Amino acid sequence: MSQARRIRWELTLLAYVAAGIMFFPIFWLFLTGFKSEGDAIAIPPKLLFTPTLESIYEALTRSDYARHFLNSIISAVGSSALALVLAIPAAYSMAFYPTKRTNGTLLWMISTKMMPPVGVIIPVYLIFRDLRWLDNVWALALMYTVMNLPVVVWTLYAYFREIPHEIMEAARVDGASTSQELTRVLLPVSGPAIASAALLSIILAWNETFWSLNLTAAQASPLSVYVASFKTAEGLFWAKMSAASMIAILPVMVMGWLAQRQLVRGLTFGAIK
Amino acid sequence: MLLLIVWTQIPFILTIYHSFRRFNLLNPERQGFVAFENFSSLLTDPVFWTSIQNTLVLVGSVLFFTVVIGLFLAVLFYQDFPGRALARTLVISPFFVMPVVSALIWKNMLMHPVYGLFAWVAENLGQRPIDWLAVYPMQSIVLMVSWQWIPFAMLLILTGLQSLSKEQLEAAKIDGANAWQEFRYVIVPHLAQTLSVVVMLETIFLLTIFAEIYASTSGGPGLATTTLPYLIYLKAFGEYRIGVAAAGAVFAVILANIVAVFVLRMIGRNLQGGRT
Repeated sequence: MSQARRIRWELTLLAYVAAGIMFFPIFWLFLTGFKSEGDAIAIPPKLLFTPTLESIYEALTRSDYARHFLNSIISAVGSSALALVLAIPAAYSMAFYPTKRTNGTLLWMISTKMMPPVGVIIPVYLIFRDLRWLDNVWALALMYTVMNLPVVVWTLYAYFREIPHEIMEAARVDGASTSQELTRVLLPVSGPAIASAALLSIILAWNETFWSLNLTAAQASPLSVYVASFKTAEGLFWAKMSAASMIAILPVMVMGWLAQRQLVRGLTFGAIK
Repeated sequence: MLLLIVWTQIPFILTIYHSFRRFNLLNPERQGFVAFENFSSLLTDPVFWTSIQNTLVLVGSVLFFTVVIGLFLAVLFYQDFPGRALARTLVISPFFVMPVVSALIWKNMLMHPVYGLFAWVAENLGQRPIDWLAVYPMQSIVLMVSWQWIPFAMLLILTGLQSLSKEQLEAAKIDGANAWQEFRYVIVPHLAQTLSVVVMLETIFLLTIFAEIYASTSGGPGLATTTLPYLIYLKAFGEYRIGVAAAGAVFAVILANIVAVFVLRMIGRNLQGGRT
């Protein structure tokens, strides 16, 4: 074996080892999710065991788990849909009809993202309390919409900017109104961008904990809060905890895998391509 | 647009407003303007300084580990090798794990002094198992948070690397650069901008780390892992001292803004560059 090939082989091995180490905690969680409670806390830890779907089944069929799951879906998907509805026209106008203030507006929008949530939690909490919005999943979705709107606008803007203006102009010459231009011309060509913006927004909302913990209680709390309630679980419920966690992170992890590249753009507001 | 203004600026103005008032949710009748009393009670509270210190230690160490290991992994995964896509998928996975879940995995299944995997490994090596979160609370949190954020650093650096032109690397090779020189004089300068974006974005995200601490140590033992966000949470929702919490929030915002100014300048430049 030549030296170059050996180095190559060693690097490959190193990469797999690194991947293994990074992934191990997740692997361990998944493994425990398929164990019975007895196997989950066995010492020495059991690598070989009879897999059981018992814990997963139990997690899925507990009525409050279903409710938290539904809350997560409503708040994540609902907020993303609303964010898209608001962001598409905004990004459209900024990308195709830029004014002197466009740059400033864009910068100002991300500046709102840099504000730590703790900076505004108190007034938001008090407003929600006075409006009787606490523990309301739709109010939480609204909160997430605001949280993710800048990111969504930026992702779309970065993409729209690269669409040739001629397409739009051609449509206008043919007598299309602005709304037709938007729905008939822009939307069909920007499917991937809209999809990745939606994914990003769903992921961020799904994993969010700070707002959900402080603004919801039993009725409206999403999975993140439900999983957090396991934090004091001492041994006894590890298999259930793992199963519940596994189902909670799986959808987002799959989405994340599929959207890696777009995620980088979205998270860095297009600063790294 | 209007929605954004209403939801982002007004609450912060209200935060400032509350920071000058006495307001306790348990005792709502007693309120009024107290000028800087909240600030002074916060500034004279040693807990506040501990939390600032903890925040800085956490952010600083996580930044260090994520950038160094992220850079290493990015260079590693920049190479082409069989199964790269799969291995990369595995490496970036921690980033998508819900922070609460990540805290639970580490706390219960890995670091638990009796049933945790680390304890078992230690015992097999003839060591006494360590109650990680009790004995090394901050180190454990740093480990946990780093694990989550290494993929983020790696992904960004990898994306930055991919924009490096092959010609540049080849030119360096023709000039007789060895691997280290190539890394030092071609790759690192190319990545300067990417790295600064990574550092600044991460700082902003890390300054607000909350879920991991909430779910693993609850700020303890004692105050060992109480960071500024967690302290504000405690003041507001544990003690219901809204005024003091609001004052703390004002500090958190100031801290984040110092960082944000740099980021904005950076991205602003990039935006201008992209438009020409």
